[in-house]
Amino acid sequence: MNINLTLFGQMIAFVCFVVFCMRFVWPPIIAAMADREKKIADGLAAADRANDDLAAAKEAVAQELQQAKVDAAGIVDAANKRASQILDEAKEAALSEADRLKEGAMTEIEQERQRAKEQLRGELSALTMQGARKVLGAEINQNSHERLIEELVENW
Amino acid sequence: MAGDNQTVSEYIVHHLTNLTYGRLPEGFERYDGSSVPDGGSWVMAHGAEEISAMGFYAIHIDSMLWSVGLGIFFCWFFYRMACLVSEDSPSGPINFVEMVVEFIDNTVKDTFHGKNRLIAPLALTIFVWVFLMNLMDLVPVDLIPYALGLAGVEYQKIVPSTDPNITMGMAVGVFILMLFYSIKVKGFGFVKELTMNPFNHPLFIPVNLFMEVVGLLAKPFSLGLRLFGNMYAGEMIFILIAALFSAGIMWVLPAALLQLGWAIFHILVITLQAFIFMVLTVVYLSMAHEDH
Repeated sequence: MNINLTLFGQMIAFVCFVVFCMRFVWPPIIAAMADREKKIADGLAAADRANDDLAAAKEAVAQELQQAKVDAAGIVDAANKRASQILDEAKEAALSEADRLKEGAMTEIEQERQRAKEQLRGELSALTMQGARKVLGAEINQNSHERLIEELVENW
Repeated sequence: MAGDNQTVSEYIVHHLTNLTYGRLPEGFERYDGSSVPDGGSWVMAHGAEEISAMGFYAIHIDSMLWSVGLGIFFCWFFYRMACLVSEDSPSGPINFVEMVVEFIDNTVKDTFHGKNRLIAPLALTIFVWVFLMNLMDLVPVDLIPYALGLAGVEYQKIVPSTDPNITMGMAVGVFILMLFYSIKVKGFGFVKELTMNPFNHPLFIPVNLFMEVVGLLAKPFSLGLRLFGNMYAGEMIFILIAALFSAGIMWVLPAALLQLGWAIFHILVITLQAFIFMVLTVVYLSMAHEDH
């Protein structure tokens, strides 16, 4: 328990160590820790921002998708409309074509009928003449009765 | 035990004696019967009488070397870590250093609200340095003194904080800082604080002054003597336990258990005392900064 010069020795050493600590130890460690704190905070903020961006992107995607669906529905509608239109047109065309064909066929049939009629008429007159000749014998002159037969056939 | 023909009390006294270098007054009769020449002489003390004869003009070589050595170790270790530390993820001892620094930083921030770049490094130095000095208490009491005794060094006290010079040296250093910041921050308010508290009347100035000065002086004394008292008592118990080993073979086991138990308990004490010294320093300096 002797108080002596050691007291001052310790005080001087104390001052030296405190000054050393204050100049060379404390500031770099505290600065590095503050930097790291900032870095971590920045990282977390960036992660938050990325999350927000992701959410925004998701929303945009959903909107885009919605829009695309609407567009697609419109396109399908238009296509359907167009298809039925085309169908109608085709039906129309087919009907008119059919009419036209029918018309042609009718004309042809008519012509055919006329021709057949002509032919039949000719053949009938010949047959009649033949029959009549056979019935009346050779007296019946073809030339003199031709007009009569002709008239007959005409009215048949 | 150093020396086989010691009594227990000699053993204890030997362990509590510092290695002292000092000036003996002229005419003092030394241990070997020689007389100190005129003008005194600077010598290594031999025995308690010579140390007390030296009075103030002496220095405890062992306390100073261990204290400064531990202080240099602290500075070297923390400086090396401060060079390695970066904002990337820390590892190994850097983690430890950062943990200590952060702990000190938080403690200082909790207690000290002013702006002063000195306080936190001061607190760090005090905490780690006092802790290291206290830590020497856990080294078996005979190990180093005995080894150095074989090498011819007569006395060795390896726990600097069991030397009141060491603890009071730091406490006085803190006290000077307290006075400095009181005057710097408060100026004349510091004088007013000393004279006008607690009785705010000119008539009571002498009473106030007496009470406040006593209160002010009590701070460094309580700071230094608390640490000294705790460490001295702890060291004393270690020495007593060590002395118990010499009491006979049946005392070896109880002494070993006591040694172990006290050492484990002392881990708490040395940390706590370092922390208390640090916190009180910050509190006192915080009070010095606060203008009422």
